[in-house]
Amino acid sequence: MSEHIVSPKLYLLIFVVLMVLTGTTVYAATVDLNQYYRGLNVIVALVIATCKALLVVLFFMHAYYSSKRTQLIIFAGVFWLAIMLSLTLGDYASRSWDVR
Amino acid sequence: MWIFLATEILFFGGLFLTYTINRHTYAPMFAEASRTLDLKLGGFNTVVLIGSSLTMAMAVWSAQVGKKKLVTLFLILTLLLGCVFLGVKAIEYKQKFDENHVPGLNFQFEKNSDQAINAHAQLFFSLYFGMTGLHALHMVIGAGLLVWLIKQSIAGRFTPQYNTPVENVGLYWHFVDIVWIYLFPLLYLIDRH
Repeated sequence: MSEHIVSPKLYLLIFVVLMVLTGTTVYAATVDLNQYYRGLNVIVALVIATCKALLVVLFFMHAYYSSKRTQLIIFAGVFWLAIMLSLTLGDYASRSWDVR
Repeated sequence: MWIFLATEILFFGGLFLTYTINRHTYAPMFAEASRTLDLKLGGFNTVVLIGSSLTMAMAVWSAQVGKKKLVTLFLILTLLLGCVFLGVKAIEYKQKFDENHVPGLNFQFEKNSDQAINAHAQLFFSLYFGMTGLHALHMVIGAGLLVWLIKQSIAGRFTPQYNTPVENVGLYWHFVDIVWIYLFPLLYLIDRH
């Protein structure tokens, strides 16, 4: 199996970026962003977390350097998660009776 | 391994879904309960776990370039960082136990007796223990896999031509890291202002 060898320098760089993002997400939690837009705090938190996850998947897990077949499997897994989340949350969001 | 990880995505995904619905329904108490979690320990653990992903990636690299001693070194470092993570988790759990925040074990949130408040806070902590507990279980399994790899790497098993087990355990380990990357903000950083 041909493999692209990722350099330790890149790994270190990704790690530093991940640390910066971690600090950012902690800082963002200390700021009241909900005054600007309802739920902005959790949106920001999820966006930052997704960026971190992307960096880990693409570079630590070599997805960036993997075959299209592998990338398809990765996408499929996330897609199935998206189905579960969207359909279930859609159900909850469209109920007219009390969700308690 | 990726196909197995797809099943894991759905496994944890179900818990995240439960968390989403409950946090939306009981937002104020979730924020309150989240504030009782130790942010310093949680943040420290995040750094430790991402660091362990770095050492794991370095272990794979070492195998790819044929530096056998480094493979063992980085695998041991990964295992050590993983154990640090679990140790901190144990400390956190003990704290929660002492504060009566463990559902089912004399649960009482912050010395108040209001039933609704206790119930909603208990929901948060049920999810907290359920999700971090499942995550910790995965870490323990990962630690076992690392021990298995370390034994083989000491015997010089991993070469540029054959390092698939290292790569695959790496994939598993990085996945567990990703789960924590989502767990940390959702559990610890709901509302810190």
